[in-house]
Amino acid sequence: MPEAVQRAAWGQTRRQDTWWVEPLIAFIVFTSFIVYATYRAFAGGHYWVGNYLSPFFSPELWGASPHAFFGNVPSWLPAWLPYSPALLILPFPGGFRLTCYYYRGAYYKSHWADPPSCAVGEPRGSYRGENSFPLIVMNLHRYFLYAALIFLIFLSHDAWKSMWFLGNDGHEHFGVGIGTIILTANVVLLAGYTFGCHSLRHLTGGLFDVLSNKPLRKKAYECVSWCNKNHMRWAWFSLFGVVTSDVFINLLSRGIISDVRFI
Amino acid sequence: MSKATFSVWRGDKSGGKLVDYTTEVSEGMVVLDAVHQIQAESANDMAVRWNCKAGKCGSCSAEINGMPKLMCMTRLNTLDLSKPVTIEPMRAFPSIRDLVTDVSWNFRVKKTIKKFKPRKPDAPDGTWRVQNEDIERPQEMRKCIECFLCQDVCHVLRDHQKHEEFIGPRFLVYTAALEMNPIDDDDRVDDLKFKHNIGFCNITKCCTKVCPEHITITDNAIIPLKERVVDRHYDPLKKLLKVFGPK
Ligand code: SF4
Ligand code: SF4
Ligand code: FES
Ligand code: FES
Repeated sequence: MPEAVQRAAWGQTRRQDTWWVEPLIAFIVFTSFIVYATYRAFAGGHYWVGNYLSPFFSPELWGASPHAFFGNVPSWLPAWLPYSPALLILPFPGGFRLTCYYYRGAYYKSHWADPPSCAVGEPRGSYRGENSFPLIVMNLHRYFLYAALIFLIFLSHDAWKSMWFLGNDGHEHFGVGIGTIILTANVVLLAGYTFGCHSLRHLTGGLFDVLSNKPLRKKAYECVSWCNKNHMRWAWFSLFGVVTSDVFINLLSRGIISDVRFI
Repeated sequence: MSKATFSVWRGDKSGGKLVDYTTEVSEGMVVLDAVHQIQAESANDMAVRWNCKAGKCGSCSAEINGMPKLMCMTRLNTLDLSKPVTIEPMRAFPSIRDLVTDVSWNFRVKKTIKKFKPRKPDAPDGTWRVQNEDIERPQEMRKCIECFLCQDVCHVLRDHQKHEEFIGPRFLVYTAALEMNPIDDDDRVDDLKFKHNIGFCNITKCCTKVCPEHITITDNAIIPLKERVVDRHYDPLKKLLKVFGPK
């Protein structure tokens, strides 16, 4: 082993560029997202308007809205227990992003300074990486992927529902409002993010050395690889997608803004 | 013609410091040209390793303004010459002298990786048949010029000095080239987990950023290997299927 070169101190580097900008932006955006999502999940309320349902609360298993699959909150639930439809389901998409290869690499830098940026000194000397507990659990990412794929079905259904408005005649009519566009864009962005997952890339074709004799898998592998190339972008845009959807429906439900119907 | 100042690290194992040299620079020059000029004009004894001056031999690795780069491929017009440009040896390896480091650890690591082991030939004349599309993945890895810039920037080696336990991005690339090779018959997945400790990589992608051959080290080599390790060691469902499933 080479003799230890003097370890750089925290933040020490000879880099002259603004290396701290990227991790700083990631720190601010990721932290705000977590704070906002947690607040929304615990606060509940104002998460649906007519045929629009916020993605933070979908699928709604039990809840007060007409979107709930199994009706209202069960009465046997102790009153002191904080409940909102989001608390039940948010751990899945949350865990999906938390264990995503892109997000891991990004928040290890921005939130844990390991390293703060490339070729910049770190605050801690000891290091275990993802080689042992706790970070070794990141290896379960593919299970969150399975959940995320199921969630995509529900969110696509929500986007579909957002196109059918209840008319005065008591029937549902096709229509397009701002909400329809936002919820549809949201599911497209989420699909681009989910279908570019590294674990999915492995499961569709990455595990084989030879793909030329498996034409279907090869196609799937190529599609996933295509999304995977820009996985970081999909990760960011889809993050903004869900927040925009929720903020829009929240404000709409509070009557602060109103929807515009194009069709 | 204008002048620029270069702060070059001078020293050896026992220590050293940055020394400023000012020299004429002109259009089209790369950092290695400036170093050679300084060597000729004012520092005949300055040690620098280089060979091809074409970004293909991987000898002239150094840290320019703090970033691991090839000196021969870094044009001066990409640098801010109004301030002194720092040129230092790679940090992750022991110094020999001035800009030259001892990278022999890398060659020792390479020997610990199971060699290419071809399967039985496909044809009676002892040759194999492979589809072009199936060698594209290992082919990307074979562009490596062993400059070891990725090893230098990787914080697991650079800051945590896990040279004894972790083989570093260069050798994960090497392992990927072998593992994904359709003719190779050996298995390196257990070694990756237990001996070469792929788990130390926290996918922060600095290696990808500095690779002069633009190998997508993290996305196309390390993560696919991590996933193969997950398949065998961290997937409870797969384990269950193995025990109870069809043999
Ligand atoms: S991605 Fe992994 S191997 Fe590459 S520099 Fe980061 S920790 Fe090192
Ligand atoms: S992978 Fe790239 S950076 Fe690393 S040694 Fe090879 S060419 Fe150099
Ligand atoms: S790697 Fe990012 S979602 Fe799986
Ligand atoms: S001198 Fe060969 S890569 Fe720079």
